[in-house]
Order: sequence, then C-alpha cells, then structure tokens
Amino acid sequence: MIPAYLLLLLPLLGILYFGLLGHKEDVGKQNIRFNGVTLLLSLWLAVNVFLSGTILSTDQYFIVDSFNVYLIVLTAFVGFTTSIFSAPYMAHEQEIGKLTANRLRLYYSMYQGFMFAMYLVLTTNNMGIMWVAMEAATLATVLLVSLYRTPESIEAAWKYFILCGVGIAQALFGTILLYYAAIQISDVDNALTWSVLYENAKLLDPEILEIAFVFMLIGYGTKIGLVPLHNWLPDAHSEGPTPMSAVLSGLLLNDALYAVVRNKMLVDGATDSHIAGYLMMGFGMLSFLVAAFFLHRQKDIKRLFSYSSIEHMGLMTFAFGIGTPFATFAALLHMTVHSLTKSAIFVTVGHAAQISGTQSIEKIRGLIKTQPQVGWGLLIGTLAIAGFPPFGVFASEFLVLLATMQSYPWLAPFLLLGIGIACAGLFRNIQPMVYGEKPEGQQAVQANLWPVMIHLAIVLWLGLAMPDFLADWFTQATILISGSAPL
Amino acid sequence: MEIENLDHYSQIILSLAALVMLSSFIMLAQGRLLRLVFVFAVQGFMLVSATAIAAYSFNNPHLYISAAITLALKVIFIPWMLRRHILKLNMHRDVEALNNKTAIMMGGASLVVFSYYVLHPIMQNSSMVLLNALSLSLAVILLGMLLMISHHQAIAHVVGFMSIENGLFFAATVSTNGMPMVVELGVAFDVLVAAVLFGIFFLHINSSIDSLDVDKMNRLNEVDQ
Repeated sequence: MIPAYLLLLLPLLGILYFGLLGHKEDVGKQNIRFNGVTLLLSLWLAVNVFLSGTILSTDQYFIVDSFNVYLIVLTAFVGFTTSIFSAPYMAHEQEIGKLTANRLRLYYSMYQGFMFAMYLVLTTNNMGIMWVAMEAATLATVLLVSLYRTPESIEAAWKYFILCGVGIAQALFGTILLYYAAIQISDVDNALTWSVLYENAKLLDPEILEIAFVFMLIGYGTKIGLVPLHNWLPDAHSEGPTPMSAVLSGLLLNDALYAVVRNKMLVDGATDSHIAGYLMMGFGMLSFLVAAFFLHRQKDIKRLFSYSSIEHMGLMTFAFGIGTPFATFAALLHMTVHSLTKSAIFVTVGHAAQISGTQSIEKIRGLIKTQPQVGWGLLIGTLAIAGFPPFGVFASEFLVLLATMQSYPWLAPFLLLGIGIACAGLFRNIQPMVYGEKPEGQQAVQANLWPVMIHLAIVLWLGLAMPDFLADWFTQATILISGSAPL
Repeated sequence: MEIENLDHYSQIILSLAALVMLSSFIMLAQGRLLRLVFVFAVQGFMLVSATAIAAYSFNNPHLYISAAITLALKVIFIPWMLRRHILKLNMHRDVEALNNKTAIMMGGASLVVFSYYVLHPIMQNSSMVLLNALSLSLAVILLGMLLMISHHQAIAHVVGFMSIENGLFFAATVSTNGMPMVVELGVAFDVLVAAVLFGIFFLHINSSIDSLDVDKMNRLNEVDQ
C-alpha cells in the first residue's frame, strides 16, 4: 500500500510546490521530474499487485486491483509524457506573450492538482470519495480551460463548469440512493465501501440500484462526454492549452468511464436484468454514431479530435455495456490504445497549431514540408486512431466488432458504418493539412516529439504482438469485471 | 396514514421538505437578483434546521457538524459573496425579464409530479416521510436545473447550481441521516472551491462580454455562421 500513499502524496506536494515556486525558470523540468517519480511509483504499485493480487488498505479506504492498477499506470505514463511535451510548449506560449508567469504558475499547480484528483478517483474504495475526487478534477481543470482569458476560452470554461457540475450532481444523487440501499444491509461505516458492497451485492435492493445507476450514468456520463451530454467537451478541448486537451482526452474521460464500470459491477451483482448494460450500450452507440457524423463538419483541428474522443468513448461504453468477457477485454484494450494515441495526436496538433499560428483547419497547410516530424506524426497518429491495421486501435475495434457479432449481430452493421464515416471524416480534414505546399513564411518550431513516437510505438506494438504479461493483466481485469476469462 | 399520527420529528421534516420545495418555486419566478440570493439563503437556513433537528432526534453528533458547515457555507458565505458581486457589478436594480413565467411554473409543477413517479416504486416499502422527503429533494434538484434554464444571468445560474446542492444535501440528511463524515467534508470542500471559482468567473465574464448575461456567450457552437 505504501506506493499508493506516496502516489497520492506526491501530486499534493506538487500543488503546493508549484503554487509557491511556479514562476521560476526551470518549472517545466520540475513538472517532468514530479510526473517521472509518480510514474515509477505507479510501476512499483503495479509490480506489487502483479505479485500479490488485490491490495486493500487496512482502513479499507483504498483498493488497488488488476482493473484500476493498469489505469493508474496509464494515467501516470500519459501524465509523464504530456509533461515532457508541455515544458517547451508552455515556454513558447509565454514567449509569444499569450501567458504571464503567474498563469504559468497556476497551470503547473493545477496540472498536479488534476493528477492528484485522477489518482484519488482510481485508488479510492469509497464511492462517495470517488464522487468528490471526480468533482475536484473538474474544479482543477476549469481555470486551465480559461487560461488564455480570451472570450471564447471563458465561454468554454463556463460551459464546462456548469454542465459538468450539474451533470455530476446527478451522480451524487445516485450515490445517495446507493448509500440508502446499502445501509439496509451493512453498518453505516462501510456502507459506501466498494469492496464490501461488491461482496454483498446480491443483498442490495435491485430496484433502488437500477434507479441509482441511471443517475450515475447520466452524472459520470457527462464527464465521459456521452451524447447528448457532450456539449462541453469540444469547447473545453479546443479552447484550453493543448497539454490540457491531451490529458483531458487521455485520462479524465477514461476515469469517468472507470467510475461507471465500478458502479455497473455493483448493479449487475444486485440484479439479473442486465439493465445497466443496455443503458450503456444505448448511450454508447448513440455517442459513437453522432460523433462520427459531427467529424465531417468541424473547422477547428482540436474540435475535430475531441469529437473523435467522443466517438471512441462511445465505443468503449458500448463494449463495456455488452458485458461479455470478450467485449470487456476489447474495451480495456481500447481504453489503453485510445489514451495513448489520442494524447500523442494532441501533442502533434499543438505543434501544428504553433507552426501555422491558428487552429483553423482551412489555414493549416503543408505540415510535412514545413516540419516533417510534426506532419508525419499527425498523419500516422490519425491512421492509428482511425483504426488502420497494424495499430492497436485496429485490434481493439476488431475485437469489439467480433464481440458484437457474437452477442448482438444486428448491431454490427451500425458499428461498421460508424467506423467508416469517422475514418472519412478524419481524412478529408487531415490530408490537405499535412500534404501540399507550405504557405509562405511558415517556420518550424522547437518541438519535442519523443512522447509522440513512444506512444505510437507502443500502440503499434500492442497491435502487432501483445506481450504476455499485458495480456495476463487484461485477462485478470476482465475476470474481475465480467466474471470469467475472455477465451 | 394521517399526518397527526406521526411523531414530531417526522411532522417537522415533512413541513420543512415542503417549505424547501416552495422556496425553489419562489426562486424560479424571481427576476431580481438580490431577492433571489435572499430566498436561497432562506432555503439554506431551512436545511440547517432540518439537519439540526435530525441530529437532535437521533442523537447523532456528526449531523451537528454538517449543520454547522452548511450554515457557514450556504447561509452565510455564498449569499454574502453573491450579494457583494451583485452590488459591485451594479446589478441590484436590474429586473430580469423572464419569458413564459406561467409555462415555467407549470413545468416546475410537472417536475414535482415526475419526481414522485420516479421514486415511487423503490419507496413503496418505506415510510411516508421518506417517500415524500426524498421525492421533494429530487424535485428541488430538478427545479434548480429549471432555474438555470429559465434565467440568463450568470449569478442566477450559480444560485441554481447551489440549490441543486441543497437538494442533494437534504436527500442525504433525510434518507440516510447524512453521508459518512469524510464524504460530507469532501463535498463541502468541493462546494467551497466551486463558490470561490464562480466568484473569479464573474470577474472574467464581466471583463470579457461586459455583462453577466450568459446568453451573450455564443461564440462556440456547431451552427454554420
């Protein structure tokens, strides 16, 4: 349990450290160091879980099992690579006068605050604390969305704040109903403890839990970006600083989905009706299709990729909703590859926007001629996210498709349709941006593309040959969530 | 079941639940911001009384703490902050023109019926007090949303947001005698931070669009210009 406590403590120190000293020169490097150490801690934690199974802290406040430990590692990894990207990026933003030293201090302090909230969502064993941490993640990021203080960014931040705040209030009502159902069977102190509830799920009143789940899905679903509650997502992604878009897409959405899946495990234990699964399938499919169509009418490059995030989150929600071991395995894999690919794409998008000085798709041209790494990075990243083989996204989407054919064959055409439309929507916008002549006077910028290469290499590796320990890991998590092994 | 046959605690809680919901309706039709904030503070005070009475009847000391936190936060700090912003931004003389007041009130009434409809199946086996109190707190949550939809001043949105929190708090108090202490402290902390952030946002919005009318924030949408 020690690495888990350290994992939570370090970002807390980070908030204070950057809050006090965030205006110093080498602050970006310090942020990399903080996130590097948390990555090491998360790996230590993962090894512990790998060797000894689920770890429950003695006071039962924290739980680390095979499901959340891989998300913890993923969170720490994306947090680390994004911090590598963000150091020169934010320095550049400060140079061109978009940011002051004070706002940079806020940015780094809240970066750590956001990481803390994410780790708390993942490690806590208490459904109430999970809600508190989820709301804290909104509060930490809302001032970052409006960091540039343009009218657009303030509007986006306000929308994000209000929509997510109101949305997540529904999840609290769901949690209260869950608590009400739980105190009928358990003592007051443990009534929100997930591990206790999970063991006694059969005793919980199914009718209360079904209604509670509807509220939870609406609440946390707002943060996942499920249609029709997705309105805040493209705005917040497009107006905030790009490193923020990378961690929002790569981490926040995953963790909100994690909260929904934890709740679904309780509801499935209490009822035999599979209602939680149907709800998730419905919302997931709707988000997937609507977002695929919306990709075609985007004019802002960051909005384009945020709709792609909605599409992929919809697909994962759908796959978790199917609920068979096979589908769950596919959803877990998709969570991983989507996070890695999408954060890599946002890194290249950030550089592309700095090269051409705008986020408008029509004005970004000739990236490969100007700066080949950025152009190719964006193109390969888009290939990966659109689901081309041999990347990992292809593998996971293919598995979702197979799982759908097994359980609900009549839904498979919709999936294929959505994937096709999304692919076309991405490429009609990406092609003219990367190819073609460069506009006059367009200069390369200082860029660190190591994060992109590492992420895409891992995604490629997962698509070609998944290492045994990782397959084991996903299988463990699948058994935990759906009750049996995928194959 | 006749209400006279209930014990005093249940009678008081039922009356307070009705009053809390009534205050939500008053807020819904209120076009003046200062009065809106005042009614919000009154609603907060009714919550505090309900919590204190529950603490007294069940001899539950931790409910006294949550009552004290609510008093400090929802009755004193947030109304004070909102009032200060209204006066500073010179908005206390404005009367917000609400379109379709009748339709909004009818909508509010149907939300109350809807809340009963949603929670009726799960509360059939519980006491009448619980069914009423929980349904009314769900109604307060939904009415808070309606308040945000129908008003277009940012301050009214914050009042709506906070009255949704009030509904949640009331639900937790009456149905389960409050959430565990850590959770309640966490929620209170989130509300406090949210309130401070809202204050910062008022200044940002005001300097960006020169008013707090959120309808004027319409730069980001999917509609072709």
